[in-house]
Amino acid sequence: MEKKKLSQKIDIRTLTMILVLIILWIAFTATTGGSFITTRNLSNLIRQAAFTGVMGVGMTLVIVTGGIDLSAGMTMGFIGCMMAVFQVWWGMSTPVTIALGLLLGIIIGIAEGAIIAYTGIAPFIVTLGAQLIFRGGMLAVTGGQTIAPFQESYKFWGTQYVVPMFGWILAGIAIICLLLSELSSRRAKQKYGSLNESSAEMFIRWGVFSALIAAAVWVLNDFKGIPIPVLVMAIVVVIFTFISQKTTFGRSVYAIGGNEAAAQYAGINVKKNLTIVYCLNGLLCAVAAVIYTARLNGGTAQAANGNYELDAIASAVIGGTSMSGGVGKVSGAILGAVIMMSIDNGMSMMNLDAYWQFIVKGLILVAAVWFDTQTKKRRK
Amino acid sequence: MSDYILQLQNITKVFPGVKALDNVTFSVERGHVHALVGENGAGKSTLIKVICGVYPYGTYDGTVSFDGQQCKFRTIRDVEKAGIVCIHQEMNLIPDMSIAENVFINNQPNKMGVIDFDEQHERCRKLLQEVGLNVNPEEMVRNLGVGQQQMVEIAKALARDVKLLLLDEPTAALTEAEVDILLDLVDKLRSDGVTCIYISHRLDEIMRLCDDITILRDGQTIETRPKSKMSKDDMISLMVGREMTNLFPRVPHTRGEVGFEIRNYTVPHPDIPGRNLLNNISLKAYRGEILGISGLMGAGRTELFTAVYGAFRTKGEGEVFIDGQKVDIRHPMDALKAGYFIVSEDRKKLGLNLIMSIKENTTLSSLDKVSKFGILNDDAEVAYTTKYVKEIRTKTPSIDVAVNTLSGGNQQKVVLAKALMSDPKIIILDEPTRGIDVGAKYEIYKIMNDLVEKGVIIIMISSEMEEILGMSDRILTVAGGEITGEFDVKDATQEILMRAAVGRG
Repeated sequence: MEKKKLSQKIDIRTLTMILVLIILWIAFTATTGGSFITTRNLSNLIRQAAFTGVMGVGMTLVIVTGGIDLSAGMTMGFIGCMMAVFQVWWGMSTPVTIALGLLLGIIIGIAEGAIIAYTGIAPFIVTLGAQLIFRGGMLAVTGGQTIAPFQESYKFWGTQYVVPMFGWILAGIAIICLLLSELSSRRAKQKYGSLNESSAEMFIRWGVFSALIAAAVWVLNDFKGIPIPVLVMAIVVVIFTFISQKTTFGRSVYAIGGNEAAAQYAGINVKKNLTIVYCLNGLLCAVAAVIYTARLNGGTAQAANGNYELDAIASAVIGGTSMSGGVGKVSGAILGAVIMMSIDNGMSMMNLDAYWQFIVKGLILVAAVWFDTQTKKRRK
Repeated sequence: MSDYILQLQNITKVFPGVKALDNVTFSVERGHVHALVGENGAGKSTLIKVICGVYPYGTYDGTVSFDGQQCKFRTIRDVEKAGIVCIHQEMNLIPDMSIAENVFINNQPNKMGVIDFDEQHERCRKLLQEVGLNVNPEEMVRNLGVGQQQMVEIAKALARDVKLLLLDEPTAALTEAEVDILLDLVDKLRSDGVTCIYISHRLDEIMRLCDDITILRDGQTIETRPKSKMSKDDMISLMVGREMTNLFPRVPHTRGEVGFEIRNYTVPHPDIPGRNLLNNISLKAYRGEILGISGLMGAGRTELFTAVYGAFRTKGEGEVFIDGQKVDIRHPMDALKAGYFIVSEDRKKLGLNLIMSIKENTTLSSLDKVSKFGILNDDAEVAYTTKYVKEIRTKTPSIDVAVNTLSGGNQQKVVLAKALMSDPKIIILDEPTRGIDVGAKYEIYKIMNDLVEKGVIIIMISSEMEEILGMSDRILTVAGGEITGEFDVKDATQEILMRAAVGRG
């Protein structure tokens, strides 16, 4: 088995994006006189990124199938308003409210997915239609008013923190699990003679990730602890990484995105799997809706002005997901979300006009894809 | 001293880790048809890309001289201006434009940028006449057959005032009748003074058409000889670097019981309402035999088995029996469960997911075997894939490489591994060796024999008569949506099959 070169082993795209992130952080730290890098601000930033990240994970799956979901932001907003109705107007308890919200997300997702899969209407059109429908739905439900306030137990999901001690325990568990999974994949590779890295390389990689986890927890604990939305995001990422990498469903999704006709020929149920992808995406929109409304402490049609689906798409793409389908990682969407939110956060701290945020985010999005196409060309 | 139009001197092209071309040196005589022959992976495609400017000057070592001048092409336009046109294996026509628009794409007769449609039409009509294509230049390319599209490609080349025409596997997708027309046309071009470089795996065509033959092997030029000094056997042994005594490893098969049967199967035409593409087809296949399906392209061969697979655009009607049991197949999923697998003629579009690894492709049709409760077991995946890579000798550095890095023969082996892993009772091999070199072909034939030995029924659809006659035990011919003949291989000859295939029984 020939050894791969270092440059081939490390994903250049991911590395570049991490570099971009570091540069952004340094630049913002410098221009804001250090107030950007305070643990308070970082905690805030990562919580904002958690919301976009959760939506980005669902969007990544959709884009991997070769589709797109333009309705994600409105679906999120609509579900948020509905949950406000459930709790504020109808007095439902928090668990029931959230359960109904998630169910609503699943139903909306299945509906969109089924239309796309079984009628053959392009995802762009179906979800554009859904975007308009839910924008209208949101206004119809709220009548343009903010529906507030939520109960404390609901607000918990957007505003509270994990006790620092418990945060460290979680970090410890994560680091141990990481080591176990590294060891198990190494053992499998060894068994079949496809091992192409030394144990030192493996431990270095593990060490780097462990240090990152520890650093993140340290920063967050220094303020108040891990924000609940960040914990939710972490759980979502772990679950969806597992689903996309380790299940037959995940494999089918990548197969469909890479070559739908070949997937069908291989006996994969394309329609069913597509529907499930949109269903999961709808579920994640609902999860994001909980975070969003719990933070705002109310359901509001203002959500229509956020263009959150575009943030989600940008996060996925900056994170390495290919618009032509078949390529993309769930974890990349989180990196993308952190970059996007850093720009929002840093630039507003610099007291720059809001339009700069759009311009810079746009440039980074296009540059990320351009860079990707360039490196791919060079490797050929 | 001969008059050479193209001279290649010590062309070397290195990719990271691979030397694709290694000191390639040969010359092409003006007005000749020069064959370039070699196994897949021998470097033919790379060489063409060097000549055609896909790899611009400076990205390779050595010199390319055209008309006595050293070429320093930077773009494909430079190349075409010089009079070199390449017709690639995959056709580059735009289906929803007319023939005339395709022929003059990027080259329209115009006045200050405004297209002169009258002149375009007129010039296109003349060009089509020249290539022997009797259709209206305003016809959409979509409505043409593959053979006709090939002619349009050539007309497009002629529109550019071509001096050197490169044809890369031009007959791979053509029927025998269309091949004849194409070869005649190349012959005519030669008499008009156009020099051609002709790349093909079909050695008969080369013997019939070409003046000189250059053999490439492992990125090196092995030899250039005039045809008079080269036999088909010479070519084969030079290509593979060893003597090949038999192209087809025929072993005696013992015919068992009927394992697969189609009764009164009708498939409606997908585009023309009220008409049938296939009419009342009935056939049987026996355990332990290779059933060859012969016929011209468009006769309905592929469509029949695709419809049975549940993957055709219209649903077929009739009965299908596997091992005496009637099966109801609505989707390839059902077909796989019933043990019926198609290895498609279109490897890249329907057979493989090119960006996925060998492992992921191999297990794709049998994910149940490598998972529990929907969770994949990496050990099992690696074990199965490694087993098949060894069993059918797929050449690859690792099972984790994307299949688009493999040669055609090895890609086909990955599709076969995928088929085998699904434990099929019947495998449909649709053009199993198209675009595959001689050595890999031989290996695929051996795999077929092994499968038959294990009791798998093989139905092989092929446009290559030699292959049909070389490998089948029994042959059915299809023409015009009907079965027009059934032959034991002992009684069949190319002439008999051809007569049945054109419907003159």
